[in-house]
Amino acid sequence: MGLKRRLHILKRRYRGTKMAPAFNAIHTFLFLPDETTHSGTHIKVADDLKRTMNTVIMAMIPCLIFGMFNAGYQHHLALGEIEAVTQGFFSAEFWTLDNFMVGFWKILPLVIVSYGVGLGIEFIFAIIKGHEVEEGYLVTGMLVPLIVPVDIPLWMLAVAVIFGVVIGKEVFGGTGMNILNPALTIRAFLFFAYPTWMSGDKVWVHGAVERDQLIASGQNLDAISGETILGSLAQGKAAGYEIADMFLGFIPGSVGETSTLLILLGGLFLIFTKIGSWRIMLSSALGAIVMGLIFNGVVDSGIISEGSKFYGLMSTTWWHHLLIGGFAFGTVFMATDPVTAAQTNKGKWVYGFLVGFISILIRVFNPAYPEGVMLAILLMNVFAPTIDHYVVQGNVKRRKKRLKVKTA
Amino acid sequence: MGLLSKKDTKLILDPLADNNPITIQVLGICSALAITAELKASIVMAISVLFVLGVGNVVISLMRNIIPSKIRIIVQLVVVAALVIIVDQVLKAFAYELSKTLSVFVGLIITNCIIMGRFEAFALGNGPWRSFLDGVGNAAGYGVILIIVGFFRELLGSGTLLGFKVLGDPIEKTGIYAIGYENNGFMLLSPMALIVVGIIIWVQRSKNKALIEDH
Repeated sequence: MGLKRRLHILKRRYRGTKMAPAFNAIHTFLFLPDETTHSGTHIKVADDLKRTMNTVIMAMIPCLIFGMFNAGYQHHLALGEIEAVTQGFFSAEFWTLDNFMVGFWKILPLVIVSYGVGLGIEFIFAIIKGHEVEEGYLVTGMLVPLIVPVDIPLWMLAVAVIFGVVIGKEVFGGTGMNILNPALTIRAFLFFAYPTWMSGDKVWVHGAVERDQLIASGQNLDAISGETILGSLAQGKAAGYEIADMFLGFIPGSVGETSTLLILLGGLFLIFTKIGSWRIMLSSALGAIVMGLIFNGVVDSGIISEGSKFYGLMSTTWWHHLLIGGFAFGTVFMATDPVTAAQTNKGKWVYGFLVGFISILIRVFNPAYPEGVMLAILLMNVFAPTIDHYVVQGNVKRRKKRLKVKTA
Repeated sequence: MGLLSKKDTKLILDPLADNNPITIQVLGICSALAITAELKASIVMAISVLFVLGVGNVVISLMRNIIPSKIRIIVQLVVVAALVIIVDQVLKAFAYELSKTLSVFVGLIITNCIIMGRFEAFALGNGPWRSFLDGVGNAAGYGVILIIVGFFRELLGSGTLLGFKVLGDPIEKTGIYAIGYENNGFMLLSPMALIVVGIIIWVQRSKNKALIEDH
């Protein structure tokens, strides 16, 4: 008896009971449902919610795999066991099995914890509320491991996922009703709850924190560290990486956000499949560029002295801002979240522009929160309905005016 | 008949649960957010409000027939202000450190909506004994929530209760810190107080469906 048949039988047996949503969810995730509709005409489209979600996950897979290689690469590089990459994207030093395995064994548990805990909560809530399991966590579950530092303790991640899914989503009524992006709620929770694990120069490289503890306990070892570019700039130091490295992603950072190239490919894939909004991605980049140019202009006109604590980040060339930190990742995969973003086309332009604009603003003016894009998207999530309201009202007014002219 | 009639008991018990000033009427939220990072501060705040509201309600109730209704708000303010100053001075004299922690929020008891609300809604129309019970009941309802929130925020945020390190020492890595537990810094920030209050409201309403408002 095949798995499909077994699931059918299980489903029938539990129909109408409390556990029914759990079996239905597993069944419809793996197979087409065996129920047929009973009345009326139904329009069926192939890209249902699960297909949509899976497309986004596919777009993120390259980032995940690159993240695994990068975690190992940063680890070995910090230990001085390998040389830095020299031959561009296909450098042999980077794509080694050794690098991959280090990253794989660090990141796989993050993925498992993220999905296990998150889906567990979705199942529990579905059973309590007696509705079908919503697929909303599929994308969030993949986003979460990509936006945390590689060495984050698993229990912290689990706590944050519980918080993010319950307070960020379920209290508002579940998938599609949430105001804030759940993945970013989870990251923001981690950031404010356990700041030592979410910032600084140790957490981005696997093994650096552990090494620190060994040194503290009296062992004679060299400390290793890997400051992110934003971290260095916020402290007024030079970035210390080539532009090519920033673009290709051979830099320390959260697991999946370092490679702007692969994020760009994922973004193109989302635009091509019409899952992600190109309006938001484009306008967000525009917003960041405008803010970057303003800051560059301020530096050029000599208003701000070189001793100022903002000088490092303000003088960063405007287009570098697009390559460093989580900006690209946030813009492509999180600002475009169809639930929390603005819904109207005009609204998307405003929303995206402000995400980009505020990201760079926070980045420069608040060195304690170098990753402005997280806070900018969360902030704009809150304002998205307001933006939509005014766009819709504007439209209503315009059409009313037209009506008046015609009838007059 | 005992000390309290059935109606009187209701005056005290109702605000503790089904008509709680914080979770049901959503009053007095500002101080619930501001001072609940430590359990001790929550307790002192609860006692202060208990004193102000209990005594204040009696005073207003005694004067209820001679206060001209046009200036009643001002009279009420004077009464609260006098009581709050007493509390503030006592705290400064006997618990200086604590009064530093509570800082301006003791003074702000004056603006606590619960107090003016009870004066207006109850003490102006009822006798002193019942007003006293009502004041005590409402202040206790407020205090209970403050203490619950303070308990969770201090326990999870600092790993202490009333200053005692109940979870072990985070620097020496004893207790549960030895296995990698860390304090949740978010708990010490005000937004988390709002979320904890929200969770209490959630739990309370899912236990007692009658409290859920219709839309």
